[in-house]
Amino acid sequence: MTGDLLGIPWAVLLILLPLIGGLACFLLPSLSKSLGLLCALAILVAVGGLGWQLAENGAQRYAIGGWGAPLGIDLYADGLSLLMLVMAALVGLGVSVYSSAYFNGDKARHFWPLWLFLWAALNALFLSADIFNLYVTLELLGLAAVALVALAGGADALNAAMRYLLVSLLGSLFYLLGVALIYHGFGSVDIAILAQRIEPSPAAWSAVGLMSAGLLLKTALFPMHFWLPAAHASAPAPVSALLSALVVKAPFYILLRLWLEIFSPTGAAPGQLLGQLLGLLGAAAVLWGGIQALRQTRLKLLIAYSTVAQLGYLFLAFPLGTSIAWKGVFYLLLSHALAKAAMFMAAGNILYFCGHDRITDLDGVAQRLPLTLAAFSLAGVSIMGLPPSGGFVAKWLLLETALRSGQWWWAAILILGGLLAAAYIFQVIGHAFTQADAPAETGLVPARMEWTAVMFAFAAILLGFFATDAFELIGIGAPTSGVSGG
Amino acid sequence: MSYIILYALLGVGLFVLGLYALIIHAHLLRKILAINVMGTGVFLVLVALAARHQDAPPDPVPHAMVITGIVVAVSATALALILMLKVYAATGKTELHDGKPD
Repeated sequence: MTGDLLGIPWAVLLILLPLIGGLACFLLPSLSKSLGLLCALAILVAVGGLGWQLAENGAQRYAIGGWGAPLGIDLYADGLSLLMLVMAALVGLGVSVYSSAYFNGDKARHFWPLWLFLWAALNALFLSADIFNLYVTLELLGLAAVALVALAGGADALNAAMRYLLVSLLGSLFYLLGVALIYHGFGSVDIAILAQRIEPSPAAWSAVGLMSAGLLLKTALFPMHFWLPAAHASAPAPVSALLSALVVKAPFYILLRLWLEIFSPTGAAPGQLLGQLLGLLGAAAVLWGGIQALRQTRLKLLIAYSTVAQLGYLFLAFPLGTSIAWKGVFYLLLSHALAKAAMFMAAGNILYFCGHDRITDLDGVAQRLPLTLAAFSLAGVSIMGLPPSGGFVAKWLLLETALRSGQWWWAAILILGGLLAAAYIFQVIGHAFTQADAPAETGLVPARMEWTAVMFAFAAILLGFFATDAFELIGIGAPTSGVSGG
Repeated sequence: MSYIILYALLGVGLFVLGLYALIIHAHLLRKILAINVMGTGVFLVLVALAARHQDAPPDPVPHAMVITGIVVAVSATALALILMLKVYAATGKTELHDGKPD
């Protein structure tokens, strides 16, 4: 029995389930809510199955249709892919539950197929073993995400969606040009094969430059973040949660894969320089995102700028480059996903209840939506990086590496970023606790929407207690074996 | 200079031309066309570099990639066009407004 279960190709199911679910939702719109929720649960089970497979047998490679690389398409799963898949499954399930109350009627009919297609693209991306397949999944992801932003309707959302689409296509084309150069130079698109063949050469470095530029644009690293706040803030709340928690992490995941497995082990001087540059841009993003978040008057825009800042932290590991710093980044990916999903959901509840998200007019929210405000504050603890949250563990690991390697300036950025985060989060909480004149009315926001936000915020805090178990799982297949230890 | 390099450079030229047009033109239809020109440039590079030597038969893998790429480009263009129409219907403009929401 256990042998049979271990033999199931869970990786393939992870892509097929949302794809079939999406088609089914498209064909049977009246059942889309139940189908979508069922699909979300099934995906969680499949991720569990894959995790078990990885824990038993180590990293998995699966040749689709029996055609292996270099001719066919391979799926590859190791600890890093598992981390991303778990993140997508958890956030996905929560967003599905939230959306089942948030979207009704026509919106629901459009939301479910698009969301499940987006999920299929995400899972396929995290399981791809070659750089061309990554391009295709990245495009699918972008198209679904743009359509979801446009779902909000209205001039602002459509404008943001259009800009998002143009930026997304531009980024993909840069990436694809890089893929063309890599394939010409080294005769393969398979990451594992490339890792053995790649050598520092002008063609390789221009490819690295092009691919990185495209991916950085899509990850919205400062100063290429200009499209993110509008897109993330004007989308419907569950979509904002998806975009900030999952979609921006996808191009970062590709960058991480390329960097850890292909580019970094070559250890050539331009790589070191690029690492320093990425670190500097990341630091600028932390500060600029924090300052801009402080200046916002709308809650959703504030949270979107906070995403810009938090994405900056991810790039601080590039100049540090040790396996502990990478662990910090992996943990930050997960804890930010949970905390930011909770924040956008809380903002969605406030918007649902008050009809606006002007920060100065949030008085009385603490009395009327205590659960929502609790979710926002708990998520804020993780975003600020206070113990015992997941965000604390992540930032602590980065801080420790920075100090140990004598690069104290990165540590200063980490602390400054935390202070800025505290400032913008307390600003919101302060307004929310102001006494309101009107009597409290409750029961307008569906309970499901309040509770999912709370669950996510709790999960982001609890993450701080399970760090060692998580690192054991991420270590499967040794995704950071190419970098120095310590 | 072999014709392979010539075609590849031509592809890069189209890419740069498209990028330039994407940046300087405000009209959305021009921006969408610019993205398509850039895509065509990338496809040309892929196809040109598939022939590793002037006389040897070309490598079929990049051709398969280009076909996949064309499918992606067509769907992306369709989405971009319908979005453009929606933006026009909502704002009466064929350009993106610059400022933040509100």
